[in-house]
Amino acid sequence: MQVPVLKQGSYLIATVQPAVSDDDFLQLRKSLLDRVRSSRSKGVVIDVTSIDVLDSFACRTLSEIANMILLQGAVTVVVGIQPEVAFSMVQLGSTLEGVVTALDLEEGLAYLDEHRHAQQ
Amino acid sequence: MDMPAPREAPREAPREACVEVRSDADVIAARQKGREIADQLGFSATELTMIVTAISELARNIVRYAGHGEVRLKIERNHASSGLVVIASDEGPGILDVQKALQDGFSTSGGLGLGLPGVKRLMDDFQIESSVDKGTVITTKKWRR
Repeated sequence: MQVPVLKQGSYLIATVQPAVSDDDFLQLRKSLLDRVRSSRSKGVVIDVTSIDVLDSFACRTLSEIANMILLQGAVTVVVGIQPEVAFSMVQLGSTLEGVVTALDLEEGLAYLDEHRHAQQ
Repeated sequence: MDMPAPREAPREAPREACVEVRSDADVIAARQKGREIADQLGFSATELTMIVTAISELARNIVRYAGHGEVRLKIERNHASSGLVVIASDEGPGILDVQKALQDGFSTSGGLGLGLPGVKRLMDDFQIESSVDKGTVITTKKWRR
């Protein structure tokens, strides 16, 4: 099950599906890096609303994706982490280091807009 | 006389399970089985996520370090409550220094870590038996509040 990536203006939106496999996550990393380049995107939203578990591998991969995309000149926001998922992440000791998070897609896009204005 | 139709199917009794683990697809299968049983036992949404996260970490360690093993899911009951027992076992290389593996930040494979301190925090009970070249058995429990 691949993660669909949609283009909206100069942003990319990836919606992670439930029961996403490790390979899907790694595939997402590759396709986002390719797409940021090819579409000259300035921002990426990764929506994890429907994810019921973010284990250490998923957290590390999200953090890697955000950092790699930053090196391509774009900003990543992870949105939609469910409260119980957040609870377990903290217990597990996962921090999503260096990753911007927002409540939902709307907030995530608003953050990217603000970030762009601040840069101009 | 017609029998009234049952309004709701009775909740299915939880069944114990054993998931063989050798790939990341099996990690997801173990997770889903754990969620199913924990849900049938009546755990809350937060507890479900904690259990499933712990299962994910344990199953992942099996794939990464041993290559092959199993996750057994058992039900334990006492007078006050019921609990889910998760037993992750493998016949892999074993853990050289168990005490160290239980410390936060410990890692043997370049910053990946075993996640064992995290699993310990997510669950109520945690036991580990490991011997080098024989394998590892980790038994964790979560009690319903």
